[in-house]
Amino acid sequence: MDTLMSLADGFHTALTFENLLLALLGTFLGTMMGALPGLGPSNGVAILIPLAFTLGLGATPSLILLTSVYYGAMYGGRISSILLNIPGDEPAMMTCLDGYPMAKKGLAGEALSLSGIASFVGAFIATWGLILLAPQLVKFALLFGPAEYFALFALAFATLGGVSSTNQAKSAFAAMLGLGLSVIGVDTQTGVPRLTFGEVHLYDGLDFLVAIVGLFALSEVFIFLEHRHGSATGAGHKVSVGRITPPWKMVKETTPTMLRSSLLGFVAGVLPGAGASLGSFISYSMEKKLVDRKNTFGTGDPRGVAAPEAGNNAAAGGALVPMLALGVPGSGTTAVLLAVLLSLNITPGPLLFQNNPDVVWGLIAALFIANFMLLAMNIPMVGIFTRVLMIPPRILMPIVAMVSFVGIYGISGSSFDLLVMIGFGVMGWLLRKLDVPLVPIILGTLLGNTMENNLRRAVTISNGDYWTLVGSPLAIGLWTVAIVGFILPLFLSRFVKARMHERGDDEGAISD
Amino acid sequence: MSDRIFGAVGLCLALFYGWATLQIQESFLSDAVGPKTFPLVIAVILGLASLVILLRPDPDPVWPSLARLAEILAAVVVMILYAEFLPVVGFLIATAFASAYLTWRLGTGPLQSVVVGVATSIGIYVIFKLVLGLSLASGPFGF
Repeated sequence: MDTLMSLADGFHTALTFENLLLALLGTFLGTMMGALPGLGPSNGVAILIPLAFTLGLGATPSLILLTSVYYGAMYGGRISSILLNIPGDEPAMMTCLDGYPMAKKGLAGEALSLSGIASFVGAFIATWGLILLAPQLVKFALLFGPAEYFALFALAFATLGGVSSTNQAKSAFAAMLGLGLSVIGVDTQTGVPRLTFGEVHLYDGLDFLVAIVGLFALSEVFIFLEHRHGSATGAGHKVSVGRITPPWKMVKETTPTMLRSSLLGFVAGVLPGAGASLGSFISYSMEKKLVDRKNTFGTGDPRGVAAPEAGNNAAAGGALVPMLALGVPGSGTTAVLLAVLLSLNITPGPLLFQNNPDVVWGLIAALFIANFMLLAMNIPMVGIFTRVLMIPPRILMPIVAMVSFVGIYGISGSSFDLLVMIGFGVMGWLLRKLDVPLVPIILGTLLGNTMENNLRRAVTISNGDYWTLVGSPLAIGLWTVAIVGFILPLFLSRFVKARMHERGDDEGAISD
Repeated sequence: MSDRIFGAVGLCLALFYGWATLQIQESFLSDAVGPKTFPLVIAVILGLASLVILLRPDPDPVWPSLARLAEILAAVVVMILYAEFLPVVGFLIATAFASAYLTWRLGTGPLQSVVVGVATSIGIYVIFKLVLGLSLASGPFGF
């Protein structure tokens, strides 16, 4: 009952003209970014953060804009998967498997509308999951002291590389690199400058927005420059969509698939280190095992389109749960969303639900609204987005680069930050070549200060006794999960990753 | 081989990081942990991770040819010039040059690139400055 009341308040917050407009803008931009190969949810959101920031939007409106982009990108990714056999973003990789064969059979319109419905179902169920699960998690998180929080952060880093990275040493390297960067600047507790080498610009630390935009958006530009596959996409393809309503029979057939995949995707999203790509991957694999009796998966089976789409949209909603309730994001895009909250001086976690219920519930209500907007945009109006695919990357990528520069310059107005961003862009390119995941770096720069503060608080409270870090059953439990979460993938990941990578994409793409 | 070099560089980075941490001037008013402990732990784990990468390297990635590498380097130089000249010549001119260059290098014809570059610059200017009211760098001519 309480929840419904809060939700009603949330709708009250979300249903203002400004917020509805932002949700509409966000869903539109998001679908477009998702559809365009080379722009995914994480770099899409990253580019828009500085904008939301410099436009002086408040916390709720910015979050509404950016999560609408996130949900939208999850919808949009399927469009190019189905029509061009090129995933628009990483989570849409699995949709190629059955979506493109369907399009070749002349069922492109059916595939698009069916996957639109599947996306809707996934996102809808996940948003309800968010409503039910997040408050429970918050109650649990209220038991946490500084030592437990420190352990929780350690858990987040240990599991983040997890299933999505083949090499745990490299994800540990990335996490430490991020944490190391967060140390730069004046120490918050004693006021001494650390690792600034006398550079005044570094005294208040590196701006994580600069790091995010550099690593995610600029590195993509360099990847394109390296391959110069400027005209590879879009041009030369004749895209005919046909009818854009799915036959009723097809929807009925795929309903159980959608429901199962949504649940599975949601769970995958909540787990740390998984995210939407994994959500769509396991949904597809499970569906294939369960219902593929005639071996039709991979040849244009509608269920093979519905499963990954419901899965990745549900995972997107699921990934918001730990981000909002604990302040620990489990995927790339939620890490970027955390950056937004932190720049707006809002600390996610249990206190967010107590101190800023309007932000949380306004956001949740906006997600419902955005989801309906997306359904409308992605079925009757999908034609608009198929035209967007005609923009070749050789024109798109410079725009991405320039918008990144504009955003960062808009925040700080300093050339120094632009130079740092270019530095991060080059670093991002190099690390992606070496298959080092970028998300732990971002998470490290974001959480480093909080993590250190919790460590120091815990030890100070216990008068310098470090054993306090493992002083409660809860802390011990978290450390155990962290250690298991770090070690287990050493055995499992080779298998999962190898199968995920059967579908091209050798660039170690940014995970969602 | 790439990973061995990468691991070695990482190891140097860890050593440097540890050394730089030890250079931190401690304040006379310090908490029980102090400003050095956390970065030192980071340096140690960074070093260990680099060592593992060094000793158990992954297969080499496909590196671009020297020409493509030069291409990326040139783009970086253009971007640095862009960052430096942005406050000097103003947003419109700098952006037109930079995006025309990038468009050209990504495979558009020279004349078309100029058109696209100018259009991109004006488009961003209109949307961000005139519609959204963002402050962009204004050069000597006020745009």
